Amino acid sequence: MSTTTTPNPSGAGAPGRSREKAPAGEKIADWADGRLGIYSLAKANMRKIFPDHWSFMLGEICLYSFLIIILTGVYLTLFFHPSMNEIEYHGSYVPLQGQLMSEAFASTLDISFDVRGGLLIRQIHHWAALVFLAAMFVHMMRVFFTGAFRKPREVNWLFGFLLFVLGMFTGFTGYSLPDDLLSGTGVRFMEGAVLAVPVVGTYLSFFLFGGEFPGGDFVARFYSVHILLLPGIMLGLVVAHLILVFYHKHTQFAGPGKTNNNVVGMPLLPVYMAKAGGFFFLVFGFIAVLAAVASINPIWALGPYRPDQVSTGAQPDWYMGFSEGLIRVMPGWEINFWGHTLALGVFIPLMIFPLVLVAIAVYPFIEAWVTGDQREHHILDRPRNAPTRTGFGVAWITLYMVLLVGGGNDLWATHFHLSINTITWFVRVAFFVAPVLAFIVTKRICLGLQRRDKDKVLHGRESGIIKRLPHGEFVEVHEPLSQEAMHTLTAHEQYQPAEIGPTVDENGVERKVKGPQKLRAKLSTAYYGEDGQIPKPTAEEYKEITSGHGHH
Amino acid sequence: MKKLSARRRHPLAAVVVLLLALAATGGLYTAFAPADKAQADTSAQSLAIDEGKKLYAVGCASCHGTGGEGSTDGPSLVGVGAAAVDFQVGTGRMPAQQPGAQVPKKKVIYSQAEIDQLAAFVASLGAGPNVPTEEQYNPEGADIAEGGELFRTNCAQCHNFTGKGGALTNGKFAPTLEDVDPKHLYEAMQTGPQNMPSFPDTTLTEKNKKDIIAYLDAVNSDDSESPGGLELGGLGPVSEGLFGWIFGLGGLIAVAVWVAARTAKAKKS
Repeated sequence: MSTTTTPNPSGAGAPGRSREKAPAGEKIADWADGRLGIYSLAKANMRKIFPDHWSFMLGEICLYSFLIIILTGVYLTLFFHPSMNEIEYHGSYVPLQGQLMSEAFASTLDISFDVRGGLLIRQIHHWAALVFLAAMFVHMMRVFFTGAFRKPREVNWLFGFLLFVLGMFTGFTGYSLPDDLLSGTGVRFMEGAVLAVPVVGTYLSFFLFGGEFPGGDFVARFYSVHILLLPGIMLGLVVAHLILVFYHKHTQFAGPGKTNNNVVGMPLLPVYMAKAGGFFFLVFGFIAVLAAVASINPIWALGPYRPDQVSTGAQPDWYMGFSEGLIRVMPGWEINFWGHTLALGVFIPLMIFPLVLVAIAVYPFIEAWVTGDQREHHILDRPRNAPTRTGFGVAWITLYMVLLVGGGNDLWATHFHLSINTITWFVRVAFFVAPVLAFIVTKRICLGLQRRDKDKVLHGRESGIIKRLPHGEFVEVHEPLSQEAMHTLTAHEQYQPAEIGPTVDENGVERKVKGPQKLRAKLSTAYYGEDGQIPKPTAEEYKEITSGHGHH
Repeated sequence: MKKLSARRRHPLAAVVVLLLALAATGGLYTAFAPADKAQADTSAQSLAIDEGKKLYAVGCASCHGTGGEGSTDGPSLVGVGAAAVDFQVGTGRMPAQQPGAQVPKKKVIYSQAEIDQLAAFVASLGAGPNVPTEEQYNPEGADIAEGGELFRTNCAQCHNFTGKGGALTNGKFAPTLEDVDPKHLYEAMQTGPQNMPSFPDTTLTEKNKKDIIAYLDAVNSDDSESPGGLELGGLGPVSEGLFGWIFGLGGLIAVAVWVAARTAKAKKS
């Protein structure tokens, strides 16, 4: 061996120690490092600190359910035939024997009844998809309400948003693959939406389906989109998302010792590796139990798709439910001119659909513009300390939920013994009114909570002890908060409303103020003016109250 | 032919033609008229009609009129047939409790004997479909797969894929078909109660009806299996989404809270 004569560039091996004596693990590490240069990479990242909070694990739920979907999806591709050739079914599900169906549907039946573990894997795949989307929704809301989207994380917010939207469409294409009566109705719905596009709708539809709906192509096309195109993009985005999380470092809630320049928590190795690894198995196990217990998308009960059949209760999976709601509550308006029809009843919902999504996506940029804040933010806001943002978020969720109600209006009707027409009208009104109400109510609640925080800081916590003073008065003893608690409650910073400044200079010359500037000043006042926030207690106020002039 | 044409101006020719025409019409009628609609008035039958009339006067006449002619509160019962009575009263829908969008199923208050008497009376008002015999509705040996296809083509629009029910306009609804008696399924198809269209034998043959009943028996009864586990109401993606959010994500968040609460020991010591 000539190792002693070769200098070790990585410096991993201790000098004077011969290679033969090094443990196997070290040897492997050394070998790998010499070729991959992982040492410096690992050194920089192994001790990466992550803060501890359950809500920071929502993103992990997304990641793990995504991995579960990929793993189970690979298994499903081994048995699924993405073909619309019509065949007669002779498998083991009796109520469909002898029926004509597409190969896609028949192979999904085979996966469910004749492939070992097929049904369980199918159900894990589908449940994980529902959980994935739901977890992304909640994760996104966590980021939104805590203001974690602020600089430098705007791009990562957009990556996350794109993942959510792509997840919706990956889910939709996957849901359509079995070619069952329910999903076929969903594809028909999509075709209707495409057809509603003025002028080019028909061409688009023919392009998408390779001719007249349903044709013989869409399952194969959706298949490659579902298993290759969209998951490929998503995987790339997930990696980019995670790299940015590493690069930006994780945000944390305010607290003693936590500043904008540090991260307080546990290192990636060994603590978070163990925790995250364990959590992966918990998520996998949990979803597997869910899939073993509860049925999802029982295509055998739905039957094969035929364009002449339809069932009531035909809804998409929940993440597409709001688009269903938009269509269901929209009046069936249409305009006819020169033999052409503009189906406004479908086209308007089709236009509102992206607007609903974009509204939440662009919010960070609107807020950044209003505040004009160029600094980095690594300390999270408590939702109450950003009442306008919180109000907007709740209004958006309210709109989303109202549309979900609209999408499930038939089930609301049957289960609560209501008229479906009344529900539809309720949704039409609530679409406009409920978000506004939600905004106002949320903002008031936030301001109330801010007042309570201020009260707690200045006067302490209500101890529940009632004291009778010598002259007969009863008072409740307030216990002063600890230094840490007071710091946490007052750590947030408050913006001042942006002002345009005098529009006339000292010479009496009027300065032109542009529209956007005026708008920004107005918005800023709404955000941070008197009605937008409660001024947090200052040290002077605190000193004055606690300086011993009796009680307040 | 010559003989016949020579006598065509005979004074009795018109009478002969008339007689022949009458005989042909009558013969065709007896040959093609649905035999079950013509009720033979035996003495047992007329007794049942009398009893039924008494029951009718107490339980039904206030809305349907004393002679079944109908009123503003209830439709005419002339020609609805015994099957309609057996269905409506046999499932407890009639007598109705209160006016509303739709009369729901409730506790049956008449015995089967009384229902038969009521049915006999209503059938006597005008010909209509008879109560089916067991061999007509018994799903034994019927084609389940064929029934499924027929069900998806004709019934699923309102009753959902496997007959879990669905909403109609203005508070009306298509009820769940879970554990509905095969006889009542048959009668409902035959007579089209409330908002349901009727499917007479010319539309859905007796065999078709049997197939549908067999399909429902296979997919939506106490004995039907759910290979995937809990059915979640069999209502499709809405209940699945709700379950996924509450138990799926809800459970995982609970797990996340549990994991996060277990911080590394180094912090505590």
